Amino acid sequence: MQSGVFHTTYGKDMALQQSSWQKWRLGLVLAALLIFPFVADNSQLYLANTIAIAAIGAIGLNILVGFTGQISLGQGAFLGVGAYASALFTGRLFELFGGTGGTPFLVSILLAALFTALVGTLFGLPSLRLKGLYLAIATLAAQQIIIWIITHTPKLTGGESFSLRPTLLFGLNMNQNGDFRFYWLLIPIAILVTLAATNLFRTRVGRSFVAVRDRDIAAEVMGINLFRTKLLAFAVSSFFVGLAGALLAHYRLVISPDRFEIGTSISFLAMIIIGGMGSIAGSIYGAAFITLLPALIESLGRQVSNIYPNIDTMLPYIQQGAFGLVIILFLIFEPEGLAKVWHNIKNYFNLWPFSY
Amino acid sequence: MAQLSVDDITLRFGGVTAIANVSLTIEPGQIYAIIGPNGAGKTSLLNCISGVYKPQHGRLVFEGQDMASLRPYDIARLGIARAFQNIALFRGMTVLDNLLVGRHIHMRSGVLSGMAFWGRARREEIEHREIVEDIIDFLEIEAIRKQTVGSLAYGLRKRVEVGRALAMAPKLLLLDEPMAGMNAEEKEDMARFIIDINQERGITCILIEHDMSVVMDLSDQVAVLDFGRKLAEGTPDEVKANPEVIKAYLGEELAIEHVE
Repeated sequence: MQSGVFHTTYGKDMALQQSSWQKWRLGLVLAALLIFPFVADNSQLYLANTIAIAAIGAIGLNILVGFTGQISLGQGAFLGVGAYASALFTGRLFELFGGTGGTPFLVSILLAALFTALVGTLFGLPSLRLKGLYLAIATLAAQQIIIWIITHTPKLTGGESFSLRPTLLFGLNMNQNGDFRFYWLLIPIAILVTLAATNLFRTRVGRSFVAVRDRDIAAEVMGINLFRTKLLAFAVSSFFVGLAGALLAHYRLVISPDRFEIGTSISFLAMIIIGGMGSIAGSIYGAAFITLLPALIESLGRQVSNIYPNIDTMLPYIQQGAFGLVIILFLIFEPEGLAKVWHNIKNYFNLWPFSY
Repeated sequence: MAQLSVDDITLRFGGVTAIANVSLTIEPGQIYAIIGPNGAGKTSLLNCISGVYKPQHGRLVFEGQDMASLRPYDIARLGIARAFQNIALFRGMTVLDNLLVGRHIHMRSGVLSGMAFWGRARREEIEHREIVEDIIDFLEIEAIRKQTVGSLAYGLRKRVEVGRALAMAPKLLLLDEPMAGMNAEEKEDMARFIIDINQERGITCILIEHDMSVVMDLSDQVAVLDFGRKLAEGTPDEVKANPEVIKAYLGEELAIEHVE
């Protein structure tokens, strides 16, 4: 019997999937993702797509907050920047100048993500001087400023709400049977983002982010330029958040400023707290958890509505209460989040049945 | 030529003078010890050398280069590494990652190549992993290489702290009380490492240490600081015999008795 995983080269030791069991597990997950859209109904696909977008955004936020230790309350606004930027690039920007064209969908989400990275870097400038709570307040200012700009430039952003043109990908209308078609776009992008972020944190730049989080003075004495590294973290983080925002805009086709308020920022923070700060996999678990929780409570509510007819009016409050309760419970019992829970379960079975 | 010359530096925090007109000359290949009572300005001096503090007066020259305008991350690139007194490791990282951060200045991969983890970025990781493994072997911390630093015992953390500085492949290593709080056995190990670092790797060491027997055994030169001033400088034997030093360490009356 094999008693452990032993490597003979450093390359193998650095591999993400170390054992054949891990490779099998990855294969199973991928197979499940492939089969899922053919067995799920539209509302389930909608949830899966929402999770994929939220996961991309949560990974972005986790890079900044969990890995680099720079607290941000501006997540919602940065999602908004990505959403509006991509919406503008695909059409409205051209209409403003009397044109009818637009950049292709894939190009415009990339441009939107880059633009968000730029905006994020700009609002990351205070991180040179500010830490912790003070930085949080500075990013809160970013949140308010961006939303203010969006609501006060109706020519650009349509003010109250904004309708996008249908999303065309290689001539295919993605929004026709949108839940199904977008699934095939969002899941691969989410996988790519996951892979990219995981790789980032096993190479030089990712390590410098974590070093800045853990001991900034020591990091600086070791040759890491703090300011540049923090700004880079803001840029990389905002890039992914902007990407998530852009995808959200094209998936939903209607965007409005109230989707990107401070509440959104908080729920993304909840995702990374519940999923696990400083864990890429945790960001995905957290995104899934926070997306599924209200849906789960709603379906539970529907089932007990025969016995307790008033439940419908109370559902929103129950959902909010559960949201708060879950965060508190995680902070008390497992501050390292679902990623740690999963880690503990794996460790238990590693040693099972001789868990001593 | 001196490797590092500290020329008449003065450092003040508001009204408090932490270092007053201190000059030191560190030759290449030396183990240079700085001793003195608590609050004498030893750590402040190291902070000046690594660029964390900027002295209001005086000059620091490393291998012919004036360090006045250099930020700490520039100084790291010059080849000055530091092991901190109160352990400033990256708690959330593994031992391996901590040491790899030490390789930061020697690596080049950026965000995009890192995310791809393909070709050069991957080769670079492996290449530097080999260098780091060499240091892990040297410091005998193989068993803990994949453990998170936060979970390690104190003595081991001190060792990782030295390893991380060593990973930078410095020309000058600043060791701020590397043996504080260690038992005799751990001290012996650390002394052996310092001698090896100095002699086999040819790295100049500046050592702050309170354990006099260690200082006297290891160092080539000793400087004594007291209240920010330099009391004495010389070989261990010269310093031991210096009446000023005895006064600072043992007190006035005892000093008189000692001299008598």
